Amino acid sequence: MLQKIKNIFFLGLKELWGLLRDPLMMGLILYTFTVGIYIAATAAPDSISNAAIAIVDEDDSPLSRRIGDAFFPPMFLRPERISLPEVDPAMDRGDYTFVLVIPPDFQRDVLAERQPEIQVNVDATRMSQAFTGNGYIQQIVMDEMASFANSSNLTSYLPANIVIRNRFNPNLTRTWFGAVVELINNVTMLAIILTGAALIREREHGTLEHLLVMPVTPFEIMVSKVWSMGLVVMIAVAISLSFIIRGLLQVPVEGSVMLFMMGTALHLFASTSMGIFLASTARNMPQFGILLLLVLLPMQMLSGGMTPRESMPEGIQWVMQLAPTTHFVEFSQAILYRGAGLNVVWLPFLLLAVIGTVLFLISLSRFRRSVAQIS
Amino acid sequence: MTTPQTGNIQSGDPIVHAADISLRYGKTLALNKVSLDIPPRRMVGLIGPDGVGKSSLLSLVTGAHAMQDGTLIVLGGDMRSKAHRTKVCPRIAYMPQGLGKNLYFTLTVEENLQFFARLFGHNASERRRRIDRLTKSTGLFPFLNRPAGKLSGGMKQKLGLCCALIHDPDLLVLDEPTTGVDPLARRQFWELIDNVRAEQPQMGVVVATAYMDEAQRFDWLIAMDDGKILDTGTPAQLLEKTGSSTLEAAFIRLLPEAKRAGHKDIVVPPLTQEDENDIAIEAKGLTRRFGSFTAVDNVSFRIRRGEIFGFLGSNGCGKTTTMKMLTGLLPPSDGEAWLFGKSVDANDIKVRQQLGYMTQAFSLYTELNVRQNLQLYARLFRIPESEIGTRIDEMLKRFDLTGVAGEYPGSLPLGIKQRLSLAAAVIHGPQILILDEPTSGVDPVARDSFWELIIELSRRDKVTIFITTHFMNEAERCDRISMMHAGKSLACDTPAALVKERGTETLEEAFIDYLVEADPLPPPDPVQIAPPPPATEEKPAKSWHFPSIFNFQRWYSCCWRENLELLRDPIRATLALFGSMLLMLVMGFGISMDVEDLTFAVLDRDQTVLSQNYALNISGSRYFIEKPPLLDYDDLDLRMRSGDISMAVELPPGFGRMLEQGLSPDIGIWIDGAMPMRAETIQGYVQGMHSKWLIEKVSQRTDWGGTIMPANLETRFRYNPDVKSLPAMVPAVIPILLMMIPAVLAALAVVREKEMGSIINLYVTPLSRAEFLLGKQMPYVLFSSFSVLLLLVMAVTVFDVPIKGSVLTLLLALLLYCIVSTGIGLLASSVTNSQIAVMFLTMIGTMLPATQFCGLINPVTTLEGVGRFIGNIYPTTHMLLVSRGVFNKALHFADLYGPIISLAITVPIVLGLGIILQKKQAS
Repeated sequence: MLQKIKNIFFLGLKELWGLLRDPLMMGLILYTFTVGIYIAATAAPDSISNAAIAIVDEDDSPLSRRIGDAFFPPMFLRPERISLPEVDPAMDRGDYTFVLVIPPDFQRDVLAERQPEIQVNVDATRMSQAFTGNGYIQQIVMDEMASFANSSNLTSYLPANIVIRNRFNPNLTRTWFGAVVELINNVTMLAIILTGAALIREREHGTLEHLLVMPVTPFEIMVSKVWSMGLVVMIAVAISLSFIIRGLLQVPVEGSVMLFMMGTALHLFASTSMGIFLASTARNMPQFGILLLLVLLPMQMLSGGMTPRESMPEGIQWVMQLAPTTHFVEFSQAILYRGAGLNVVWLPFLLLAVIGTVLFLISLSRFRRSVAQIS
Repeated sequence: MTTPQTGNIQSGDPIVHAADISLRYGKTLALNKVSLDIPPRRMVGLIGPDGVGKSSLLSLVTGAHAMQDGTLIVLGGDMRSKAHRTKVCPRIAYMPQGLGKNLYFTLTVEENLQFFARLFGHNASERRRRIDRLTKSTGLFPFLNRPAGKLSGGMKQKLGLCCALIHDPDLLVLDEPTTGVDPLARRQFWELIDNVRAEQPQMGVVVATAYMDEAQRFDWLIAMDDGKILDTGTPAQLLEKTGSSTLEAAFIRLLPEAKRAGHKDIVVPPLTQEDENDIAIEAKGLTRRFGSFTAVDNVSFRIRRGEIFGFLGSNGCGKTTTMKMLTGLLPPSDGEAWLFGKSVDANDIKVRQQLGYMTQAFSLYTELNVRQNLQLYARLFRIPESEIGTRIDEMLKRFDLTGVAGEYPGSLPLGIKQRLSLAAAVIHGPQILILDEPTSGVDPVARDSFWELIIELSRRDKVTIFITTHFMNEAERCDRISMMHAGKSLACDTPAALVKERGTETLEEAFIDYLVEADPLPPPDPVQIAPPPPATEEKPAKSWHFPSIFNFQRWYSCCWRENLELLRDPIRATLALFGSMLLMLVMGFGISMDVEDLTFAVLDRDQTVLSQNYALNISGSRYFIEKPPLLDYDDLDLRMRSGDISMAVELPPGFGRMLEQGLSPDIGIWIDGAMPMRAETIQGYVQGMHSKWLIEKVSQRTDWGGTIMPANLETRFRYNPDVKSLPAMVPAVIPILLMMIPAVLAALAVVREKEMGSIINLYVTPLSRAEFLLGKQMPYVLFSSFSVLLLLVMAVTVFDVPIKGSVLTLLLALLLYCIVSTGIGLLASSVTNSQIAVMFLTMIGTMLPATQFCGLINPVTTLEGVGRFIGNIYPTTHMLLVSRGVFNKALHFADLYGPIISLAITVPIVLGLGIILQKKQAS
């Protein structure tokens, strides 16, 4: 038993040495967890921002100009005034996401309580902006109308108001979200590449076969890779969380960082096991590379980090329960933003442990066979 | 063989002139101010211990490695000059160290030869003629269709030689060509060289070798030690100078005093065996089949404790497979093996503790230095921590590794790596040593000292030794040897008995006798060698007269070869094709911006008809799903923290009454802001439903006194009227998939060559970087174009997203885009050397920008900072514009030429950078 632990320790140490010896890899890791996260987090626009908008003002009255002036950065770019025939080609080119068309005699009709109509054209291929942007435009136009109505002594008020409070992220700052999602993506990618590719490399160079002739078991080899590469990623996460996310990006963290790190450790167990599993399936590095993409891409895009999970088709939601990232995203948001405790996140923790164990055991059972079948 | 001429160098200009050349790798000085003239038209041998700079010298001479200090003139020009290297490259042929290092293992013999012949610009009929002639004279002709990886070691080397000779070089450089090759194949190899030289007497040959019996045949020898030249001259001159009878002895005498010290002739004391039945290794009917191929066929032997048992045979005859079965790495198909009477069990740790194993190819860690490697192995073999230090020092001394203890194996020459492997195999004092060609590539002095250790272990410590070797003098030292051929054991006895049985003079002859008898195939066909090439006049048309910047045929050659490799790995291609289709399915359906099925709960503190009606209004929409009502604020807090609900609606006490009285009650809405995008959508929904509810109520109850808005807003969602995700996502997913998969494939294709060593062909053939990279790129561009078609068909059929605009425009843009994405892979490959690093780099360089900065979800105009900048220049941005334009907006070329031109401009930038950053020489 003691010898087992020693073997695991020394083999893991070897992995760490190997990584230290590779300045390019070290540089890449450092980059992804610092600069990479910073870029990704700050690139994400704050709610709707700098949306390109144009106005066709056929009224050119104080009211219509007033509406035009109500759109300004950071939410919208300054509206450009265009003519009606320019609308279609400009939208075809994708110059504007929104085009407002204010009809002739608009102000007169408003004052006469004839309820004229403003047309909002939305480029609906820009999904993320189309809906929310439209909401904001409605609100802005309505506000302008309301204050215009008040100043013109028109009777108009709302019989009930709604007061919206956004919890955990009052201003809906996207940087907070972007930073953590990027961290999660990087953790998964790195964990799988480091273990999986390292295993294939050992197989291609014959070192793995050599180890198997020595008093070392596949279990020890696998655990050594899990702990050493897991440790590397853990350190990177800790640095990223304290210096970049909390430091530079000023993201407030509600919950316990310790609990988050515990969860990260579980996630690393699952994703490194997944790396080993993929490596035992692939016969050479190019195959592994494609497998990696096949697994990583859906995991990144469908884990709930990019779009809400509840809106995905049932089948995909169910399949994604098998992906470690889904649970990682879930508990990260719960802990970091909502300050949730273990009583809330125990289920994703447990599921990560189960996924990791299953992948680990499957890889273990086929370890020897996969070493023999190198091509 | 030409008889050794006089040692007079002045018979013609030297083929190689070196003055004060030095070469260092990091801190190691490999060549120390070497000055040398190599005479033309000779067979020149480079002899010396391991790691004295032989290979370094050869890699400089061939231009494979960049020059550092000194002057080097090869074939009349300065090797520093790029123009000269380009000009002279086709006239030099280089076979690097290691079995088949410059070959492509998945390609057949024919294909390998075709590749090299094309590189040198021969036309189809000339290629056929040369390939036939070379393969017939080397005996490879019957194996033209066999993949190079499945050839035996000797055949690999012959093929390597054929590839080197395909273009009639003026200088042939061979780096230890016969290391790891059995005696019969070696003999055939040198006969082949002699024949070639007889045909082309002008050709100079420079060979580095560890076999002194081979050096005996050379015209002129260069003895090297420690990065310096010890002496030069004909073998006879060297013998005379040192007063020795054999070259092996002469060589040892040439060494400086310090290195010679302790060297003595090997004497093997007889094996004293008290107990004939003390069996260490036993095999009975051991058989191993791979599919229909039988690698080991019914092999049996019994090896006594302390015996040195030699395994002889050509490469690929099943020796290594037998060893793997003995160590438990491979389960036998039939038969059984026992170690110390216990059946071999892969899971038996105790037996493995007593085993020392050395693989044929170097299998220690290149990322650990020599001492760290030994440390790791000592620990894994459970040597007590306190003894490890002394044990390692002992090993370092014993194997003469003290000087390189801090070096990394990757930079060490073959011979020293072998010694390190040996040290690692014996560090724990095993009971059984299984050694697969432990002395291949090791110099004579080191070999002898190694054998001293073997003998000592065997005779003093009773360690049983199972060894394979190609050196006959080593085989003679074994107690018994088994001769293997094609999976069968031909004979097994003491060396003396075997020689006696065959009636030959030496063991080598006996061995060859056995092999020739066993193999019905006559070795080389002597008739074919003789006729001189009929088309010698064709010579002026050789490739070096082609302009060397970009040669279409060489480009095609690379392209053709890469294509073959891709086809030989159908799993990879299928994975990539079906993978992208699968990804498109998952992502097209999965990435949904239609935020639906949001969970909410109501904290109704009014409980009137109106308040319940308000809640019903929300739960009735398709966007929301109602959860059990909230009890109080604590409940709200807990359920929102746990993610159970994303929104809470709080209706204040007296809501209905206040509404009736026109008091404008406030409705509280709490939204989980952890996911900003979702929160915003919820806000939008709630506001909309709120006003709709009010308008509805107001129109029913005029007594409330409110009026409706002074103006209406009518929204037209264009291009995608239902604001569905699918029509917007599908055209966007295609460019993303076509960025990542082709980039990773292309990047790995190049770096794989770097890691496996065949990149040497770029260094030493006339191949230019552009030809090499663009040639490798082409198959992946074609491949991606094919997947483009599949994905488009899928978009239209499976997803039912019609292509409204110009299909041709879309195809043109996608083709350009595939060239760019594979180009990005090449760019990544030019700055990395390991497959792991390039994979990581390509992922970072494609996945993040393509999915986040290029307008997939957030339009580029809304991005900020560096992300915005990347988004503006990244090709995926432009491709997305075209793709969505054609798919959703029914646009044509006239509307989209802007982004297409941007893509077209990206092509030369990405490819140009990739080509410039790729190295043409090792450095």
